[in-house]
Amino acid sequence: MITKRIIPCLDVRDGRVVKGINFEGLRDVSSPVALAEYYSSCGADELVFYDITASSDGRKLFTDILRETARKVFIPLTVGGGINTVEDFDRVLKCGADKVSVNSGAIKNPDLIGEAAKLYGNQCVVLSADVKRVGGEFRIFAKGGREDTGMEAIGWIRRCAENGAGEIVVNSIDTDGVKGGFDLEMLNAVCSAVSVPVIASGGAGKIEDFITLFKTLPGVDAGLAASIFHFGEVKIADLKAEMAKNNIPTRI
Amino acid sequence: MIAIVDYGVGNLFSLKSSFSAVGADVTVTSDRKVLRDADKIILPGVGAFKDAAMKLSSTGLSDFLCEEAKTGKPLMGICLGMQMLFEKSYEYGEHSGLGLIKGTVRPLSGVIPGGLKIPHIGWNALHIERKNPLLSEISEGECVYFVHSYYAADCSESVIATTEYGAPITAAVAMDNVFGCQFHPEKSGTVGLRILKAFAEMKV
Repeated sequence: MITKRIIPCLDVRDGRVVKGINFEGLRDVSSPVALAEYYSSCGADELVFYDITASSDGRKLFTDILRETARKVFIPLTVGGGINTVEDFDRVLKCGADKVSVNSGAIKNPDLIGEAAKLYGNQCVVLSADVKRVGGEFRIFAKGGREDTGMEAIGWIRRCAENGAGEIVVNSIDTDGVKGGFDLEMLNAVCSAVSVPVIASGGAGKIEDFITLFKTLPGVDAGLAASIFHFGEVKIADLKAEMAKNNIPTRI
Repeated sequence: MIAIVDYGVGNLFSLKSSFSAVGADVTVTSDRKVLRDADKIILPGVGAFKDAAMKLSSTGLSDFLCEEAKTGKPLMGICLGMQMLFEKSYEYGEHSGLGLIKGTVRPLSGVIPGGLKIPHIGWNALHIERKNPLLSEISEGECVYFVHSYYAADCSESVIATTEYGAPITAAVAMDNVFGCQFHPEKSGTVGLRILKAFAEMKV
């Protein structure tokens, strides 16, 4: 039986890992390489690196840090931030990324996902969607969650999956940083709309939030979080032990 | 020296790094002289079977690798590289593989129940079907990382490990000096590194 994945997300700016509350008020946490090695050794199933400023100002990812991380970490590594062209895919894949996550790039260029999937395979293309409730519907937000695109989210996510996105990271802006649990309503809507793996992001504050997520929504494949892991509020080993105790398929 | 075949398919950086991490002398090359001098060969691969098979045959490497394997040199295919070891694949049509191991490559959709997601992406447990030096350091039930939509069928003689995804799916194969892993050992943490180390330290 395939196991539910636990994925720490490392938001990287200026070569350091940071995590904002509702995307603002960034705090420095640690070195990406050191954190990645630590997580890999203590049971993380996968890692995500986001260059969180790239979509705003076009800054390129710090490929040296990515390369150094990929040399030392032997679990799947997803890279996102500033991915606007297939050349951007090529650049991070050459530095050791296994999957590439697109967000604003897919909004600006609707053909990007299809082009990348054709070149590198669907398994390589991850759609990262920042979603927020606006006037009774789910909307897609761009530019690190700062700009309402006006597009209805669920239909857009479905089209991206049809175009070749092999996995969907659903980040709820409404619950991000609040630590009150994952956005089950939003995630359920996405799970019903696509048949590719869905990764839940935004809102985890404690171990029970992950248990509730996987128990309530069997269609969710993975849980992603940042600060609760970085600050040690949730230890991955404890989380996975608790998941196993609750009969959730877990890699121990 | 272990030589990883570079034929323009996939990301070889992690594979090379992981062999280095277990202390193996490793190089990435398309140079036949280097491949011929190597003690062992790794055939990697991601993407579509047809494209990869065409790239391998257009460079003449298909025949070359078959000859090398016939000398008794250990050869291991990883992911799509494993699938290419078989006789043929039914991925978008029908395409010939290297034919080093008996069997065919078929879509997962034909064997697993509806409702399970395809590709099969994530960590899944290994069930050891046969003792083999490749898995000498692996315990029953240890997890490795899979990403694939097709699987090796009609190969019961060579299966050394399976994984359960609605049905038993071929996870690793071995036939004399030819080995294959459907999963990515270079992305499977310490379990994967133990498999690569076992391959690297296998007596030639």
